[in-house]
Amino acid sequence: MAYLYFTPNLARQVECPPGELEAGTVSELLERYFSQWPAVRGYVLDDQGAVRKHVKVVVDDNYLIDRDELSDPVRPDSKVYVFQLLSGG
Amino acid sequence: MADARLVIGTRKGLFIVARNNGDWIVEHAALLGEPVTLVLPQSDGGLLVAVEHGHFGVKLKRSNDGGQTWEERPTPKYPEKPDDVEDLDPVRHEPIPWDVKTVWALESGGPDNADELWCGTIPGGLFHSVDGGDSWSFVDSLWSHPDRKCWVGGGADYPGIHSVVVDPRNSDVIRIGVSCGGVWISEDRGATWRCYGEGMRAAYMPPDQAYDMRTQDPHCLVQCRTSPERLWVQHHNGIFRSDDCGLHWTEIEEAGPSTFGFGVVVDPSDPDTAWFIPAVRDDERYPVDGKLVVTRTSDGGQSFETLTKGLPQEHAYDLVFRHALAIDEQGETLAFGSSTGNLWISDDRGDSWSHVSSSLPPIYCVRFV
Repeated sequence: MAYLYFTPNLARQVECPPGELEAGTVSELLERYFSQWPAVRGYVLDDQGAVRKHVKVVVDDNYLIDRDELSDPVRPDSKVYVFQLLSGG
Repeated sequence: MADARLVIGTRKGLFIVARNNGDWIVEHAALLGEPVTLVLPQSDGGLLVAVEHGHFGVKLKRSNDGGQTWEERPTPKYPEKPDDVEDLDPVRHEPIPWDVKTVWALESGGPDNADELWCGTIPGGLFHSVDGGDSWSFVDSLWSHPDRKCWVGGGADYPGIHSVVVDPRNSDVIRIGVSCGGVWISEDRGATWRCYGEGMRAAYMPPDQAYDMRTQDPHCLVQCRTSPERLWVQHHNGIFRSDDCGLHWTEIEEAGPSTFGFGVVVDPSDPDTAWFIPAVRDDERYPVDGKLVVTRTSDGGQSFETLTKGLPQEHAYDLVFRHALAIDEQGETLAFGSSTGNLWISDDRGDSWSHVSSSLPPIYCVRFV
């Protein structure tokens, strides 16, 4: 199962423990996580479902490419990290 | 007066200021580190605030215990943008994001509608709640109006609704101020809208378009509570007054050191008395000659007093944002906070000012509780 981790700075705002979920894409991974932790969605995605401008998603050491549809693939052993960008503070 | 309180929203948290043995003091700090862009004291004693996280978006929070504890509340959300809809900024031809960038207006639905709320946002969407903020509906009638396509950013990259004024005689009548998109009215609680009001002048447009109602930049729109036919606007290039509920506007061409500014408040009991805080002009946003003043008219704008007692008269570069000037329900006490974290309060209608703090974060909004 893929591993999903959120910056502690987000945990200050909303409960967002790490998760391990089965998913084929980043979109599937986040949707499955949000089904368990719905309050986290609005902190990571904007009203149209895209990654917020000042949020950074890293998939196996690569920055997320498809920030609108989140279609980047995820493997069973992938590690996905959600951080804040240094801009936007 | 003994229990008078102010709620201050700043770049780095919320502060409650209270009178203590005659002096105003900062009594409580909350939400430290979080940008609090707007505050709405609710009729049940709760405080509803908009927090604009730089990274994680806009959120609404509410406190039921005077700011001691907070819970997250539902945040207005734009509908999903259909793929076949093109929504472009008319100047830059760039897509308008269907996403709450800033909560720029937060008002109750009127004294007879304690459970209703209105929320204006950047990039121009208006939201309505009929259950005290438990849920929000998107006012599509305004968003879908063809003239909304004329709106452009004013101060921000995208247009926004910063003023929502519910008519004190009839809460079905809603007026909004849009930067930049003029003044709009709905007389059916948001079901239909029209841009209205002749006489406003946009100095930043070509002469043939200067009086186009849809290109005006009203920085702040207020209505007198006891004489609601009187409206005031602090506009991007001047001050305007309406004596007929906003149908026609008269430009006030002289008002002390400058007619440029952001906020305006009107005496709730006297439509002829209004206060402004001038800056030089749009590309020099600081007090004229570094002297911070408040201007007050008591005759409907025919003349202005320049009020200075208690305000710095040298090397003051404070700018007062549109939501950072407030007047209490009685029309006696005024307060304003500045971009450099200064807070002043006047208990004598602006004749003299007490300096409450010089070390707050940049102040976005000031409201009496």
